[in-house]
Amino acid sequence: MADAAADRLVPRRRLAPQAHRSNALHPGAWWLWALGLATAASRTTNPLLIGLLIGVAGYVVAARRTSAPWARSYGAFVKIALVVIGIRLVFAIVLGSPIPGTHLIVTLPEVPLPDWAQGVRIGGRVTAEGVLFALYDGVRLAGLLICVGAANALASPARLLKSLPGALYEVGVAVVVAMTFAPNLIGDVQRLRAARRLRGRPDKGVRGLLQVGLPVLEGALERSVALAAAMDARGFGRTAAVPARVRRTTAVLTLGGLMGVCAGTYGLLTADGSTYGLPVLAVGLGAALGGLWLGGRRSVRTRYRPDRWGARAWLVAGSGAAVAALMIAASSSAAAALHPGVVPLVAPTLPLLPAAAVLIGLLPAFVAPVPPPAEAPVPTRARRDAEEKTS
Amino acid sequence: MTMIRFEDVSVRYEGAAGPTVQGVDLDVPEGELVLLVGPSGVGKSTLLGTVSGLVPHFTGGTLRGRVTVAGRDTRTHKPRELADVVGTVGQDPLAHFVTDTVEDELAYGMESLGIAPDVMRRRVEETLDLLGLAELRDRPITTLSGGQQQRVAIGSVLTPHPRVLVLDEPTSALDPAAAEEVLAVLQRLVHDLGTTVLMAEHRLERVVQYADQVLLLAAPGEPPLLGDPAEVMAVSPVYPPVVGLGRLAGATPLPLTVRDARRRTGALRERLAEVVTAAAHSGAGPDGVTSAQAEPAARVGGLAVLRGRVEALRRVDLTVSPGETVALMGRNGAGKSTLLSTLVGLLPPTSGTVRVGGAAPHRMPPRELIRHVGLVPQEPRDLLYADTVTAECAAADRDADAAPGTCRALVAELVPGIADETHPRDLSEGQRLALALAIVLTARPPLLLLDEPTRGLDYAAKARLVTILRDLAGRGHAIVLATHDVELAAELAHRVVILADGEVVADGPTADVVVSSPSFAPQVTKVLAPQPWLTVTQVREALAALEALEATDE
Repeated sequence: MADAAADRLVPRRRLAPQAHRSNALHPGAWWLWALGLATAASRTTNPLLIGLLIGVAGYVVAARRTSAPWARSYGAFVKIALVVIGIRLVFAIVLGSPIPGTHLIVTLPEVPLPDWAQGVRIGGRVTAEGVLFALYDGVRLAGLLICVGAANALASPARLLKSLPGALYEVGVAVVVAMTFAPNLIGDVQRLRAARRLRGRPDKGVRGLLQVGLPVLEGALERSVALAAAMDARGFGRTAAVPARVRRTTAVLTLGGLMGVCAGTYGLLTADGSTYGLPVLAVGLGAALGGLWLGGRRSVRTRYRPDRWGARAWLVAGSGAAVAALMIAASSSAAAALHPGVVPLVAPTLPLLPAAAVLIGLLPAFVAPVPPPAEAPVPTRARRDAEEKTS
Repeated sequence: MTMIRFEDVSVRYEGAAGPTVQGVDLDVPEGELVLLVGPSGVGKSTLLGTVSGLVPHFTGGTLRGRVTVAGRDTRTHKPRELADVVGTVGQDPLAHFVTDTVEDELAYGMESLGIAPDVMRRRVEETLDLLGLAELRDRPITTLSGGQQQRVAIGSVLTPHPRVLVLDEPTSALDPAAAEEVLAVLQRLVHDLGTTVLMAEHRLERVVQYADQVLLLAAPGEPPLLGDPAEVMAVSPVYPPVVGLGRLAGATPLPLTVRDARRRTGALRERLAEVVTAAAHSGAGPDGVTSAQAEPAARVGGLAVLRGRVEALRRVDLTVSPGETVALMGRNGAGKSTLLSTLVGLLPPTSGTVRVGGAAPHRMPPRELIRHVGLVPQEPRDLLYADTVTAECAAADRDADAAPGTCRALVAELVPGIADETHPRDLSEGQRLALALAIVLTARPPLLLLDEPTRGLDYAAKARLVTILRDLAGRGHAIVLATHDVELAAELAHRVVILADGEVVADGPTADVVVSSPSFAPQVTKVLAPQPWLTVTQVREALAALEALEATDE
């Protein structure tokens, strides 16, 4: 965030304009960028490289996120990632590790298990190799999670769903409504638990939670019905008259296409079907997409100010793709450096070329539009100082 | 030209004893603002729903007769097929929003109707200007204040250029200033764009002067009466204070605005001037507090409360004595609810002290707490869990360790005639409030807090609430109520505390505080200024006393 503040002063700002509605980066670009980083993270177990990836994602989030509610989810993702590492370590320590190790850290008391549980072990030897392997594995999972969290924080989920094809619009709305439903539900639970205190009942504990369950669900249901009424009254679900011929063609294309996709995938996976697999898959995919496009004609909807896929979107998405492509290339040429061994124990080294490739992922922090100062998250203390100055 | 035509319409819900509305046979002309008035439960929302087609397509029930809107029959057109001619905003704007930012919300309806992108863009910009929302265009809707949300809700149905706007209590949750903001917008729509507006509202003192016609539903199932506002107000069971004053003064036609009332009640003013000095001393208004020397029911000193990053309260000092009624006023988000929550221990103070009955409420265990302080929350339903009134009361007796039947007796006293087996959800707003109040009173807390108690109440329910609260104050309960309702504060409160931006900006006797403030002054005060009258009741009593005096003189 300090970087964002610095951005406002240094000439680097010239690379990217201030963000507003019409130059907003396409949310798909953020997702492609993040998925590129995630792909790269999945190709290596080198903690130094993954650490670098996390750093890159974190820097971009710090430089470009807004104060919107979804942008706050990044912190939650980081916490989940830490929990994942912790769980992976606990499993490796308690349930043992398949990695043969010689550096004994501690020997836990082993729980004797019956014969049918052969191959399962609780307690026993904990070796440095096993723990290190689990740590590498956990860090990789954490890296994936943090990349997804970055996309979540940078791209508005509602705007992403707006980019869906017309035929899938209803599905998109259902997802958006569900996403606003969850925070409302949590708000209701908190309010009703507080209200229990007003009735002289304990407001903490599991029983309190259970007793407010029914009123909370009732409230949620009522709100859903009210929303459905409002959406209906605002024209949701209006359809255009479509000739029967088009309707039938849509159904045939969609169903046939999906069957083609299934058959093609099966062909690709079986040993002797590789000759017909790819073409069938391609035809099926084409038919399904055609069905979707035709299905969109039933919908009369238009789109208000859709996000445009401009040069900056290409740069952001491309930087992610480049990181992924270079890492995949490196995984065949420099496999040893990307997967540091644990038996025998060696310190991981930072391979220079892949590290340089990861740094390409920083590009969005320079080319993506900068959120306006009012929307940039402000640390509490700084804001209070500012308020006191003005008052 | 007729915009909405009701032809012998009646609506009956399944399982109901009789039709909710019947005999509705009238025409609403284009470009008029029609105000729908009547006590709670007479079917105002149902009648509004028939215009948008939500009744009966969405709610179920049987509609007889025919409703046509801009020539479209609602029997054959579903709500979504009427979306381009009727815009509907319900009671709770938050339940209305589909998207997350202001601009997207304004565009949502147009997207559904398939309006061309360049037209949408132009209309969104126009609507942002019309409603003064341009500054807020990128803001997430949940971060807006109540008045802003209400304006966004109206804007969101305005963009498809509907010819009819249907609004259910658009100002009841708003502070006086925000309500005026919304009403100014509505008036502009009617005057400049020729939109037909059909609106139901309980707070007539805010809206009646804007209405071209008033549609009165006097009692459930009774055929409605449509007519000139002044004429309908003369026979209406619900009327604003300014009309009450006009009736007292015998003015014809009845005044609907403060300005008219000042002109037409000259004789009344002169007559009142004779008693004004005597009345001020004899205390025709709420009685002054006599027990000031007693231990205070609540004492707040240097209180600050931080909610997230927001300082909801700063340096708040407040003392409430037993038997005293204090009204907390201020715009939406000024910190009124936060102060009540702190007093009842739902929020711990960030700094400063809160003492209720000599102890810190946030440290008290719940069973102990309810003996010292009780809060009726903004949504009384939050307090109710059981599925019958009897079960709810029995639970309240157990919670409070009161003798069995205590709560039920209180309910019977507050609102006679509620059946034992009624589900709390099926009660009217006023009955539900009374039930919640009875539950809170079961533990006999010396300090009683009410958050926005008159939201959704009609004048009769409000009058009953005033009687109940006066009686409680008379028995020594200290009462603090957070409210936007200036008439209620004038009627009830000994003291008014005005909060702004988390700080106390005014604290003093009701007459002093509200008289000096243009937005918090009740209508009677505005009409009779500079004489210090607050309510119609005061004026009526003073006149009666004067007549008695003159009778004895002769």
